[in-house]
Amino acid sequence: MMWSWIPGNGSQIWQLTQENIYLGVVPALYGLVLSLPLGILAARWRWFYPPVLTVTNILYAVPSLALFIALIPSLGLTNTNVVVALTVYSVCVILPNVVAGLRSVPDDVRQAATAMGYRPLRRLITVELPLALPVIIGGLRVGVVSGISLASVGQLIGVSSLGYLFVDGEQRDFPTEIYVGLFLVIALALACDLILVAIRRAVTPWMGERKRSAVPARSAAGEGAAPESTLEAVPQ
Amino acid sequence: MSFFSWAWDWVIQRSNWNGQGSIPQQIVAHLGYSGLPLLIAALIAIPAGVAIGHTGRGATLVINIANAWRAIPTLGLLVLLVVLLGFSALTWLLPLVVLAIPPMLVNSYEGVAGVDPGVRDAARGMGMTTWQQVTRVEMPIALPLILVGLRTSAVFVVATATIAAYIGLGGLGRFIIDGLASDQYGPVAGGALLVVVLAILVLILFAVLSRLLVPAGLRTRRREG
Repeated sequence: MMWSWIPGNGSQIWQLTQENIYLGVVPALYGLVLSLPLGILAARWRWFYPPVLTVTNILYAVPSLALFIALIPSLGLTNTNVVVALTVYSVCVILPNVVAGLRSVPDDVRQAATAMGYRPLRRLITVELPLALPVIIGGLRVGVVSGISLASVGQLIGVSSLGYLFVDGEQRDFPTEIYVGLFLVIALALACDLILVAIRRAVTPWMGERKRSAVPARSAAGEGAAPESTLEAVPQ
Repeated sequence: MSFFSWAWDWVIQRSNWNGQGSIPQQIVAHLGYSGLPLLIAALIAIPAGVAIGHTGRGATLVINIANAWRAIPTLGLLVLLVVLLGFSALTWLLPLVVLAIPPMLVNSYEGVAGVDPGVRDAARGMGMTTWQQVTRVEMPIALPLILVGLRTSAVFVVATATIAAYIGLGGLGRFIIDGLASDQYGPVAGGALLVVVLAILVLILFAVLSRLLVPAGLRTRRREG
């Protein structure tokens, strides 16, 4: 470990870190935006969900390097390539959780809202989506964390991220650089994860501490609706 | 030209099917480089996950491993080991085994831990030994999730073995990494297509396996696989 390398290359490391944050976080947010309407439809129309789940399962099995490569003819060796590919994965992760979250809303809650005069759209926005939020944010967490770590693979097609430190460190036979890259990717991923947990606590104050594990580990694993809640396929 | 036409033109070239480093050779190599770590990891992860699910000891550890697992950049890990130790069986096999463990560990754990306590009690009440409870009741009930774990790890290992071509491993990743290095999109696209086909075949294999292995009474509840 050559500590002096770090301050000497601070500005480059910072630049790569920012690029990695962008490549990890933006696709997850796009994924959320796409998953919400699709998930709402899939929760409404039962027939719509199995085919959607099949498609997302297949897409999710596609290795990231292969997906980047498949996008080269249309998007080139650009940031956009990696952003589009990682958006695809984040939809695969978040969508099942949107459906599982909406389906986990108890029927009597839904009926109570209806009895109180809520129309379907208002009921969806003010009752069902807020109750589904913890599970949805659980999916978002998986999307962001895996996005940040997957972004580094983009370096193999020349899209800059902290993966540069891996590739450059290998070529120069310089472990320090690789250590720094590993540390920063993992630290970034965990930091984003913690931020999302904090956001979830802030937006769902009624949940308290007791149901903390409702996020990724247990939730809907049993019913097979949100396979990502246990460790479902992760592309690399 | 689209990805598929690039890939197809390369895949159907007769010269790519013969000799050293040909497509069939690299497919076989890829299967070996994925299968071996998967097997070793399964032998460790599934018994461990089942034991943790049965006893409930170490459950938090499993959840934390699951969360940390996604944050690990595999490229970084592979590259680090190679720079530190040089390329050897240890430097590609060890990370693939370690990284293949969490999905199987977590899903086996979830599967067994999720068994209805009433069913568990009934098994004990019938006089089953612990071994019988685990192997005849809990594991069959957990089988759909255990298979999901196996499938997840298998797909993951196929993908990671591709990336390991960067540190010198053979297999289909060779076409991709070598093609990228020499700016030839043909083999890059072809290799990527073959890897995707392989990953999807793995999915199909596990869909078939879960049809064949999961007891009929459990099949309707879970649509996994």
